[in-house]
Amino acid sequence: MMTATEEARRQGVGGRCLVVMMGMVGLAGCVQIDTPDKPIEINLNINIRQEIVYRLDGDAKKLIEQNSEIF
Amino acid sequence: MTMMKSIKHGKPTALALVAVAVTAAIATPSAMAQRNPAYEAARAAGQVGEQPDGYLGYASSPTPAVRAIVDDINIKRKAAYTSGAPQGSTVEQFAFVTGCNLIAKTKPGEKYKAPDGSWKTRDGGAPVRDSRCP
Repeated sequence: MMTATEEARRQGVGGRCLVVMMGMVGLAGCVQIDTPDKPIEINLNINIRQEIVYRLDGDAKKLIEQNSEIF
Repeated sequence: MTMMKSIKHGKPTALALVAVAVTAAIATPSAMAQRNPAYEAARAAGQVGEQPDGYLGYASSPTPAVRAIVDDINIKRKAAYTSGAPQGSTVEQFAFVTGCNLIAKTKPGEKYKAPDGSWKTRDGGAPVRDSRCP
């Protein structure tokens, strides 16, 4: 026959296991969020530094203005 | 031209007038040049849209006519980027920065491609652009 203290201890162990399992489930959830079901599409693999972007901005605006029929 | 004949005094004046006339004749058509109506209609209908790479794309599966318009414009754009890319930059970089501007200039109702590759319809707010856009 189980004593009251032993039962309490078992419940304690069970509780701890539950916490650990919930923690693992939570962890698994986090990992799943990091991997989306469809791959991330990188459609623009271009290497450009911010200073070049700003340097080209004026030229780009001029190009659009002067060739308005193709933009 | 009749006006020019009436001015007989001094060659420099006549030359200057000719220069002005020639400049006006060359400058006016390019400044007046607008999108052809079929291209404008395809944009307004959301069949074609601006991509972050500086070229046009199909927001929905294109008719042969729309495909022809887009191909033609993209070839001309590529030529413009190639001849216009300033020294120290690549054609792709110049096209990209132009694309940033073109997406910013889309009108409400027109389509553009967001950095994640999805087509979006421009609304009243700012468009979703590449984080590197100026």
